Formats: sequence, structure tokens, C-alpha cells
Amino acid sequence: MAQKESTFTNMFLTLLIVTAVSSLAASSVYNLTKEPIAEVQRIKQQKAIEQVMPGFTNYIRKAVKPEDASDSLIFFNGFKNETAIGVAVNTYTNIGYSGLIKLMVGFQPDGTITNVEVLEQKETPGLGTKMATSWKDQFMGKNPKEFKLAVKKDGGDVDAITAATITSRAFCDAVQRAYTSYEEMNKENN
Amino acid sequence: MTQMQNFTKGFFKENAVFVMLLGMCPTLAVTNSAINGLGMGLATTFVLVMSNLVISLIKDLVPSKVRIPTFIVVIASFVTVVDLVMAGYAPALHEQLGIFIPLIVVNCVVLGRAEAFASKNNIVSSIFDGLGMGLGFAMALTILGSVREILGNLSIFGIKFAPGDGILVFILSPGAFIALGFLIALVNKLTKKA
Repeated sequence: MAQKESTFTNMFLTLLIVTAVSSLAASSVYNLTKEPIAEVQRIKQQKAIEQVMPGFTNYIRKAVKPEDASDSLIFFNGFKNETAIGVAVNTYTNIGYSGLIKLMVGFQPDGTITNVEVLEQKETPGLGTKMATSWKDQFMGKNPKEFKLAVKKDGGDVDAITAATITSRAFCDAVQRAYTSYEEMNKENN
Repeated sequence: MTQMQNFTKGFFKENAVFVMLLGMCPTLAVTNSAINGLGMGLATTFVLVMSNLVISLIKDLVPSKVRIPTFIVVIASFVTVVDLVMAGYAPALHEQLGIFIPLIVVNCVVLGRAEAFASKNNIVSSIFDGLGMGLGFAMALTILGSVREILGNLSIFGIKFAPGDGILVFILSPGAFIALGFLIALVNKLTKKA
């Protein structure tokens, strides 16, 4: 079969058909994978909450938007048989080395950090990504009242990751943001 | 050219990375570990085989003046499919490769094969060509990723074989250029071009 001539009608029809068929294909795959993708996100969030707030039986979800921030933080107030055992905060920072970092930070009722989990990050592999390893253990069991959430270079108490000070700063920023709004929420409640 | 040659030329004779120097963006950017290189290579292979198949099917129906936009749309559709399927069923790898999955659309290897091979050859040859080129690309990325991971992190496929941190620069972007340069030199030496 000879190739079609490049007349206006031929070109128009070809592009119309090709784009129509491929958008149809893309949208059907989107519909097929929508459920699994949502499921993956949900499991990830659930796991992170379990990591930072062990032993909870149910939680109340609440979005809080700090005045100086562009996006809201999501609070998961955890309960174990009606007793409040702490809160998991889905927090973020925009000052990472490669943009947005999302963390899940768990606080005990007195403000002590239970644990921190990394939800989303695009930091340099091998450098900034080390924040998801044992490095973040230094935050466990610390209360931001006495433990200054800033790298030592900036006068804080946090050991920065070697060659990833910016990432370490961003990490502190995210945790600090969570803590600040957690404190504010406590003040409002009392 | 036999089908065997269509398949094997992608590995050495016309290897996309080491010989033709195509698709440098993903090659340099994602190969900081062996598993990333392999994942990216296989994702590209899928797109390459599928787009070669479709393009060789429709090649006679597409007027030559609009062939490039047509090819791009076909390629972009398959990339979207890979992106969504990976996000749903291989979330860890999807997170690692991140932005580079959508960027397969502009990978010169894929459009290059569509234009140079699939638009001129029959379906079977095009599939073999896509498979060979894709697996050759995956092989090159895995080798480069392994070299960088071994030198930079003292591990291979995420398994640490020695304690310590390795030579940091190989994990970073300059290391990609250095490692790729030496690998190309080695391939040229082995194929006796220089």
C-alpha cells in the first residue's frame, strides 16, 4: 500500500483519529489503575501513622491551615480505647533541596516526638535521601521544648546529614511546622 | 537483515547508550543505582516495543508531513500507560524514577527507532528491533547504575558488600559523566574502534 498523500484532509483526519484513539486508551487505563493507586497511597499513609503513633485503635482526621503556610497540615488525633494517646501530623516543607518534602510526625500528648516517617521526597539519592534512614532516629523521644529543631550550624540541636545540610534544614522546618501548629491546637483546646 | 540481527544489533553494534549516545538524559539522571537503571531500561523497552509495533502497523496510513506528531502521540500514550501501571503496582520503583517516567516521551531512542526503523519496516522486524534496542538500553543503564552504585555506595542492587560510604561523587551527577565516559572508552576499546 502506498503512503497517503499529505493533503490537508488526510493530515487533519489522521491526527484527529490518532489523538482520539490514544486519549481513549489513556483514560481507560487511568480508570483501571485509579483504585490500585489510591489503595497504595492509603496503605502508605496508614503505615506511616502506625509507625509514628503505635498502638492506636482509631483516629479523628482534621485538616489545619496555619496562617503563614500555603497548604494545610493534616492531624490524625489518635485514641486507644477512648484515651488520647497522641497525634500524627502530616506535615511538609518547601525548602528541600529538590522541592517538596512530606513527613508524618507523631507527638505524644506532652509534645514529645514519638517518631518521624518520610512520606514523599525528591532529594539527592545517596545524600538527602539518608534522612529516611537511621538519621531521623535522633528526633525520637525528644521534646521540641528543650530540643531546638535546627541543625547545629544554625545553633540548633540536630546533627545535619553529611553533605546534605539543606535537606536537614528542610526536615527540621517540616517538623517545626508540625510542632508549632500542634501547640496552637492544644492552646485552643484548653 | 535477519530477525536475529535486528535483535542483537541493539546490544553492541548500535547500542543506544554506548555507541549512538542517544537518550542521555535518563541515562545520566537515573543510573545512581543498579535497580533504578534496570527499572528505567525495562520501562523504556516496553514503550519502545509497543510504539514500534503500532507505528509499523499505521505507517502507510499516516501522511509523511504529520508523521512526527503522530509518533509522539503514540509514544506518549504508552508512556502514560507505563506511568499509571507503575504507580499502581510498583509504587516503590515509581517513586524512585519519579519524573523520568513521563520523560520517556522525549527519549530520543524511542522516537529515533520509530522514525529510523519502524516507519520503514514490517511489524515483526520492528518488534525485534524495539526489543533489542530496549534491552540493549536496559543493559547499558544497569551496567552504568551498577558501576556507580558499587563505587559510590559500596553496594549492588541495594545489597551492601562492604561497610562505609564509598566515593560520593559517583552517586552525584558528575559521577554519571565520569563513569559513562570510561564505559564508552571501554566499549570502543573492546570493539576495536580506537
